[in-house]
Amino acid sequence: MVTMTYGEAAKNALHEEMQRDPTVWALGEDLRRGGVFGQYKGLPEIYGPDRISDAPISEAAIMGVAVGAALSGTRPVVEMRFADFALCAVDELVNQAAKARYMFGGQAKVPIVVREPMGMWRSSAAQHSQSLESWYTHIPGLVVVCPSSPVDNYGLLKSAIRCDDPVVYMEHKNLWALEGEVDNNDPLPLGRCRFLRKGTDITLVSWSATVHETMAAAKTLNDAGASVEVIDLRTLWPWDKERVFDSVKKTGRLIVAHESVQAGGFGAEIAATVSDVCFRDLRAPVKRLGAPRVPIAYAPPLEDTVRVTAAMIAETARKLMKM
Amino acid sequence: MTADPRTPGAARNLDLDRLLAHHKLMWRIRAFEEAALRANTEKLVLGAIHPSIGQEGIAVGVCSNLRTDDILASTHRGHGHTLAKGANPTAMMRELLGREGGTSHGKGGSMHIADFSVGMLGANGVVAANIHITAGAAHAIKLRGEDRVACSIFGDGAINRGPFLEGLNWAKVFELPALFVCEDNGYASTTRTADMTAGPGPAARAQAIGLPAVEVDGNDVVALDEAVRDAVAAIRAGGGPRFINAKTYRLTGHTAADPDGYRARDDVAAAWKRCPITRLAQTLADAGVRGDQLAAHERDAIEEMDAVYDDAKAAPWPPLSRAFADVQDVGDPRNGAY
Ligand SMILES: Cc1ncc(C[n+]2csc(CCOP(=O)(O)OP(=O)(O)O)c2C)c(N)n1
Repeated sequence: MVTMTYGEAAKNALHEEMQRDPTVWALGEDLRRGGVFGQYKGLPEIYGPDRISDAPISEAAIMGVAVGAALSGTRPVVEMRFADFALCAVDELVNQAAKARYMFGGQAKVPIVVREPMGMWRSSAAQHSQSLESWYTHIPGLVVVCPSSPVDNYGLLKSAIRCDDPVVYMEHKNLWALEGEVDNNDPLPLGRCRFLRKGTDITLVSWSATVHETMAAAKTLNDAGASVEVIDLRTLWPWDKERVFDSVKKTGRLIVAHESVQAGGFGAEIAATVSDVCFRDLRAPVKRLGAPRVPIAYAPPLEDTVRVTAAMIAETARKLMKM
Repeated sequence: MTADPRTPGAARNLDLDRLLAHHKLMWRIRAFEEAALRANTEKLVLGAIHPSIGQEGIAVGVCSNLRTDDILASTHRGHGHTLAKGANPTAMMRELLGREGGTSHGKGGSMHIADFSVGMLGANGVVAANIHITAGAAHAIKLRGEDRVACSIFGDGAINRGPFLEGLNWAKVFELPALFVCEDNGYASTTRTADMTAGPGPAARAQAIGLPAVEVDGNDVVALDEAVRDAVAAIRAGGGPRFINAKTYRLTGHTAADPDGYRARDDVAAAWKRCPITRLAQTLADAGVRGDQLAAHERDAIEEMDAVYDDAKAAPWPPLSRAFADVQDVGDPRNGAY
């Protein structure tokens, strides 16, 4: 076990994968300076400009070039800088990367990892704060990953790089400096959730930075005598349905909490599926907690009003448990 | 570089065997598309189908200078390019009819015709999208130190989309082995491209980015063959990307369903006189090739493609399970992941 930050964990994962597989390379703006969050720091010196490659401010080209390069036998790691800017490359991701394998009848796969730093990052305002993970779950062909901790960022990034599908890999900007223990070896399987707490009264499902709010809420609830199960989904598509069902069958209650907009969000997909499959086991309605459908504001108090907090999660849980 | 259409072929130093092969291939493309149009009339090709009748010179002039391991990415109007790159017409026609045994098992159709086994990375239903993909393929070739070339063929309408600027810039910045060919037929769907395009056009835009660019008469396969040969040689020698603007004319509507009401009948009739196949036939005749040899190319091609069409008609639909295959590994819908 080694302690490292979320950013370092990802860097180590990429480093090891590049060492292991000479076809892995990264491209994006400012990568030669180590990336805007330092998440590539040191790698340019080791791998040179061809494998840690700077790119023009051409998000569509970065994504499209990665698709062409993936179709031609390499495994590009695409840096989008912010999830918001990946919107400039939607055709390349949605119409090309996600479709090529299918519409060409399996003649080729598109093994790209698209890193899209997501989420609110103090006072970054509406165009640098979005969490658009739900959009990507809607697109057949894409895998969607939202790691919440250093160990997961290490293991999941390794799997994403080895995956033959296009993977939208969303790291949360507020987590880059988060420290945690990482055992430097195995990739973690995509599509498997992580149980962060075991409990019998209520299931809390979350991902990305909101996992930490959820854990704080669970601690408060635990202190008040409730037995809380916390699941970090980690991969949104495919999501670990069976284990969420098992948990809800045991607890009879579910809250899904996420930072992104609640309306049409992935929480709704989980709520609907669980309500359908686990209807008879439910002791309370399934609840979703997400942001209201407003752009993210600049002023800190305004920004905070749309944030899902531990207090909100705990309060909702108390109501469901009639505590 | 525009050649005088009346230049007697004999006056040039012609490689007759090569030109005969071109003539044959152009007829095969024409006959394939005539058969495809028939299939459309007979309601056996259902989706949009974009014929390249009149533009065969570009497919042949470009692809004859590419090796099988070179890469090509094409557009919605890609049958000719795919055939010229070496794809099997039987599998292609089955694909157009959505049948089992099609190049993409009936999941792509005309607009996504592809044959990766001959380096044809797909026609694309999104205008200009193939330009980025080509830059990416060229980038991969450079990273791996290979001497292959990646080529994209796109229409003049594509030059007004971002990927044209972004893809060409990328190719030049990284000095990639990429050949960009603009199939300049003067129209984007029902609109004259000139009416919607500022400035002097495709080659000038490429030159502004620093790509050596030439204008060629795309209906003069002899001239195009030369221009592409030179460009590919320069690219393979490490000279970075090249651009060719090949002027042509599409002799049919934009799609099989397009009545082509926006062009004067006289203009279209005049364009038929500049048809690249007729033109090459004249060059060959002037050089002493016998008429019956040229006629045999036409007859053989029609016979071949009629058989290809009959085969496709008789081919079965793909098994329904194919609808769920080739989506993704992780989250495979066949594992109930939906
Ligand atoms: C991004 C995009 N916009 C619009 C269309 C619809 N469309 C299909 S073909 C076409 C015209 C393209 O013209 P050009 O690039 O000159 O190629 P041509 O059809 O002449 O071969 C249009 C507008 C599309 N397929 N993709």
